[in-house]
Amino acid sequence: MKRVTAVKTALMASGLFLSGAAFAGSPSAEMLSYTCAGCHGTNGVSHGPATPTIAGISEEYFVEAMQEYKEGTRPSTIMTRIAKGYSDDEFKAMAGYFSKQKFVAMAQDHDAGLASKGAKLHDKYCEKCHAEGGTSAEDDAGILAGQWSPYVRYTMDDFLSGNREMPKKMKKKVKKLQDKAGKEGMEQLYNFYSSAK
Amino acid sequence: MSKFTRRDFLKASGTAAVATSTLGLSSFAIGGSSKKVVVVGGGMGGATAAKYIRMMDSSIEVTLIEANKEYYTCFMSNEVIGGHRSIDSIRFGYTGLASHGVNVVNDMVTGIDAGKRVVTTKGGKSFNYDRCVVAPGISFKWDGIEGYDDKVAETIPHAWKAGSQTMMLRKQLEDMKDGGTVCICPPPNPFRCPPGPYERASQIASYLKAHKPKSKIIILDPKPKFSKFGLFKDGWKRHYGFETDKAMIEWHGTPKGSDDNVLVSVDAKTRTATTNFSEVKADVLNVIPAQKAGAIAFAAGLTNEGGWCPVEGKTFESTIHKNIHVIGDAAIASPLPKSGYAASSEAKVAAAAIVALLNGGKAPQPSYVNTCYSIIHPGDGISVAMVYAYQDGKIIKVKGSGGLTGAYDAKMREREEAYAHSWFKNITADTFG
Repeated sequence: MKRVTAVKTALMASGLFLSGAAFAGSPSAEMLSYTCAGCHGTNGVSHGPATPTIAGISEEYFVEAMQEYKEGTRPSTIMTRIAKGYSDDEFKAMAGYFSKQKFVAMAQDHDAGLASKGAKLHDKYCEKCHAEGGTSAEDDAGILAGQWSPYVRYTMDDFLSGNREMPKKMKKKVKKLQDKAGKEGMEQLYNFYSSAK
Repeated sequence: MSKFTRRDFLKASGTAAVATSTLGLSSFAIGGSSKKVVVVGGGMGGATAAKYIRMMDSSIEVTLIEANKEYYTCFMSNEVIGGHRSIDSIRFGYTGLASHGVNVVNDMVTGIDAGKRVVTTKGGKSFNYDRCVVAPGISFKWDGIEGYDDKVAETIPHAWKAGSQTMMLRKQLEDMKDGGTVCICPPPNPFRCPPGPYERASQIASYLKAHKPKSKIIILDPKPKFSKFGLFKDGWKRHYGFETDKAMIEWHGTPKGSDDNVLVSVDAKTRTATTNFSEVKADVLNVIPAQKAGAIAFAAGLTNEGGWCPVEGKTFESTIHKNIHVIGDAAIASPLPKSGYAASSEAKVAAAAIVALLNGGKAPQPSYVNTCYSIIHPGDGISVAMVYAYQDGKIIKVKGSGGLTGAYDAKMREREEAYAHSWFKNITADTFG
């Protein structure tokens, strides 16, 4: 990895660097990531109420999400327009930066009763991939615990309405959850995620 | 300002620099090699630059000089005018910056000596710098409209710098009778926050629709079109009967090559706005004058004949004076717009350049973003965004990126509003937190 960077630097210096980004010279991971802070918060920790925190995100998941936004296969308001401004190498650079930042869960309104029911549903249907109570980014899972609730709801809304395709395993589990616990179950789950500190 | 460095010592032991460089210095730290940055102006650009320089290199001494103890953001001030947000929610202090080790000085900068690298203030202090960041925002061209100046603005608000002006306009709307006429006169290009006047009309309309439905808003515009033109018109049709005989908002533009609705004069007593084509007697009159760089940019000789500051896009260093970086609305950073987000983005690029240069390196390759949200009506947010790069000595739009919100979709517009409010919380925390 280091060697590749060194080669790139040498090529850039000699003006021969043409692949990757469409323009000469690549901004550093920090430089690219600073531009995200205006919406996603300093170092990717969002103060809400809706924009997701991207600090601590899985590298793979970040790159995949940006590629999907760029292609328009993942629904968004603004991210498709933003993602079209970057190359895959730049996605990777930003992914590296944000994956190293610490996820901070901010206090959110929630119903403690619903949250405790949601905790059980999480264990049963979600924990396998969204491990450690939804706090883990392992296995390229999105961090759910402490994520801003409107964003979690938008995302599930997109999945459930068919605007966004669920991973196969998730589709099965969500169906089981809904068959068993219905809309109330989803509500309990959302409250569980927004109860995280 | 509190430490006397080796550089100052060398300078002070020289000749001409003695008088100025010793003026504001209170202690000596001979043998140190501190690097000093003075930031002039504590708005979005200045505050972000000060914070990010400290975040990138805490060995750099950063002093931020700002005349006001608090800053009111211009963005979201239209929601205050529309009655959807409190003025307190757009007010920010400087304790957050102090916690990053920024030396915050409450004073007004009156001069910048680019040769001697000294900033002087109204309070009689002087501050040496290795590099200076000038983020003065805008000032108004008061001579363009007969009968309108800074004095008249105390009763006929521009509300284009947020704070008491914002509150005055809000109060006048609250006091207006149902059936009254609000007249907004947007400025000619270029100006701070291009979608701002039209978001303002939308926000005022949302208030009038709910509380004074017989009232009307007339916009007298010197331009043939404006930012987010189609999206605003579409939203105005949806919410405010635009282009029907029950229209709450009327927009009167000026065709290319004509000067129809260029504002000529204002009669403060009768609240009458007169353009070359129309005359509107209003109950509430909002005049947003033509703009130029903030006053200190002129005093420091940083402006060109157009009244704005030419800069190099990789570093934002002035092309007129070395070691001074101009960012934000005052800078000519086109195609970046004069927006709060752009100012923040420019500040980070300038900060990275300054840190590298002060450490003997080269300015890094920049990357810039702009995102501007407007709220047409509660639950109906729209945006424009763009990614920018630096190529062949110029700031360019990255091809294929950016653009406007798409066709109306109620669910997505609600999300955009929620994201607009998140954007507000995050960019202000990123700047002042």
